[in-house]
Amino acid sequence: MPLPDQPHAPHLLGIEPLPLSRIEAILDRAAEFQRQPPPRTLAGKRLLLLFYEASTRTRTSFEVAARRLGAETVSVTPGSSSIEKGESLLDTVYTLRAMAIDGIVVRHSSSGAPHLVAAHVDVPVINAGDGMHEHPTQALLDAFTIRRHRGTIAGLRVAIIGDVLHSRVARSNLLLLSRLGAEVRLCGPRTLLPPEFAAYGARVRLGWDLEDALNGADVVMVLRIQMERMKESFFPSEAEYVARYSVTPARMRAARPDAIVMHPGPMIRGVEISAEVADSPQSVIREQVENGVLIRMAVLHELLVCHEPHP
Amino acid sequence: MNLILKNGRLFDPQLSLDRVGDVVLQDDRVRDLGPDIAASGPGVIDCTGLIIAPGFIDLHVHLREPGFEYKETIETGTRAAAAGGFTAVCAMPNTQPVNDNAGATEHIARRARELGHARVYPIGAITEGSRGERLAAIGGMCQAGAVGFSDDGRPVMNAQILRRALEYASMYGVPIIEHAEDLNLSAGGSMHAGARALQLGLRGISSTSEAAMVARDILLAEESGAHIHIAHLSTAASARLVRAAKARGVRVTAEVTPHHLILCDEDVVDYDTNFKMNPPLRGAADREAVIAALADGTIDAIATDHAPHAGHEKQQEFDRAPFGIIGLETALPLVLRLVESGRVSLARIVDALSSAPARIFGLRGGRLEAGALADLTIFDPSREWTYDPARGLSKSRNSPFAGWRLRGAAVHTIVGGRVVWSGAAATPPES
Repeated sequence: MPLPDQPHAPHLLGIEPLPLSRIEAILDRAAEFQRQPPPRTLAGKRLLLLFYEASTRTRTSFEVAARRLGAETVSVTPGSSSIEKGESLLDTVYTLRAMAIDGIVVRHSSSGAPHLVAAHVDVPVINAGDGMHEHPTQALLDAFTIRRHRGTIAGLRVAIIGDVLHSRVARSNLLLLSRLGAEVRLCGPRTLLPPEFAAYGARVRLGWDLEDALNGADVVMVLRIQMERMKESFFPSEAEYVARYSVTPARMRAARPDAIVMHPGPMIRGVEISAEVADSPQSVIREQVENGVLIRMAVLHELLVCHEPHP
Repeated sequence: MNLILKNGRLFDPQLSLDRVGDVVLQDDRVRDLGPDIAASGPGVIDCTGLIIAPGFIDLHVHLREPGFEYKETIETGTRAAAAGGFTAVCAMPNTQPVNDNAGATEHIARRARELGHARVYPIGAITEGSRGERLAAIGGMCQAGAVGFSDDGRPVMNAQILRRALEYASMYGVPIIEHAEDLNLSAGGSMHAGARALQLGLRGISSTSEAAMVARDILLAEESGAHIHIAHLSTAASARLVRAAKARGVRVTAEVTPHHLILCDEDVVDYDTNFKMNPPLRGAADREAVIAALADGTIDAIATDHAPHAGHEKQQEFDRAPFGIIGLETALPLVLRLVESGRVSLARIVDALSSAPARIFGLRGGRLEAGALADLTIFDPSREWTYDPARGLSKSRNSPFAGWRLRGAAVHTIVGGRVVWSGAAATPPES
């Protein structure tokens, strides 16, 4: 079925369609919320958290963000709903739409699921991670975090390491950071490193050599490596992955001394990243979580308050 | 009963026929044809400005009956076929139950005869339940009217089973039709593997998943001397393999769909599931290659792979929605675009729609000459209309061409000397 004309509600479906002006507005708003406690601009509003895929961090982050702004949240997760009984995504959305919802946050294992929802509701839809497609609030919080440490993103060398192929975090960060002027180096086993990503920007580099990727890097972003990929034979064993791609203190010496280390979580210490690196002063992993709440507050504010139709 | 087709452009590329004239039909046969041979009077259809061609035959259609009547029935499917100019269609066996026995084959053939719209030639399953394990009752189905065998929707992954199917079917002179897809290479994919799939975060179906099976099948056909027909060929590599195999005399034939000739993976936008089919819309270079392969005869026939699905099935997450689009009512104007752009001659297009499918599957029809079966398609190559699936005759609406301005339409479809469809194609009546 062709999707009907997009309703007038603003959405955050991905970094790709997001104009630079809105990116800047969100980052600035998050900085403002950091300087001073935000007003309860979402008082009386109800946010639906539609999480078709397990998530601790992102769902909690949205919940905290919504409540700090005064909104009420309703969570729908697979275990707790008619999703399990086989109801279609659209039927679930039609049902919930009738319950005076002011915005919907969607996490789904299918790429494009938030787009399907957005085409059938008249409230803002926020993509909280769809399949292998995008995870825009993660990229925004990563950009915010990098900016806090470096002031600017333009000209930085950012290494993104791990399962690039299946990672929506890698995709959204690639889109966002390269648009903000960073050199993005994608690194991982060749089986998880699609060559088509080279076309995403003049300053995008691909390689399967970790030392090359880390050499002179300002930002080292480590992705979780899912062990089911091993079962699918993208690489032979955890041991081989660790031997070649685990980010260790020795390997970090190739990066700039003031490089920051990031991880979107959940993180498996000793696999994609060593405990020493994860807990080193260079690590900003915990700060990413704090900034996640600020960015999600900023996104909710931008979509639900700033775009509120005027009578 | 007689029918006179007056003053049309008589067009049969196979017979090198292209001149203005009349056709006289008597009962289910063409009695005579030539310039100005018939008078005006009752039973006369004025064909001025229209092309009279051998009836179009679609080798690849899913009529969905029995089992999925909410998507399509033999009645709605054969009416849609007639409206699209098809006088006959081959019905794929992936119904519920699967057409893997003589009783099921006979049922489909009988039901179509009773209805009397387009002819239906059943395709039987190669293996029981199309599970790819044991040969289905190929001999019995041939006697009941099956004209070919396929596990369409699925490939026969076991090469030994396919080899035996080829050998066995060759005793009956019928082709094995392969849905060429290496399931290990395509596993989990929902669109063509390429930059667009990566951008949309969708798992890709690589071109090699098709070509690798085409290569295997050609070798098996070569070894057995039997006839393999490649369904919905979609990649440059497959076209190269078929071209080379034909050059060394292998009995391989192939079909291509209108959508693989017109669209490519870059047309997949907004997760619109009407652009999801299998094989998927390929890269632009693949599209160019299949157009060239159609033009030079490497690809023999145009077939729609008409695959109706209900709205609620298509309105899902892209990776969950079923594969397939409808195509019977848009095939002709879509492929005529290739004539307009100069890529393929009108003669090759008409041959690929009519004579070629009859020739390669050994079906009746496909000729416009005295004594031939009076299955004819009369079309207006320049009639313009806008396609609205909601006004079509198919029960389903899953087409990527909704709203397209099209040029060319069937005006009269004649089956066995009887007009089964006439219309101003711009606005087919509501079903």
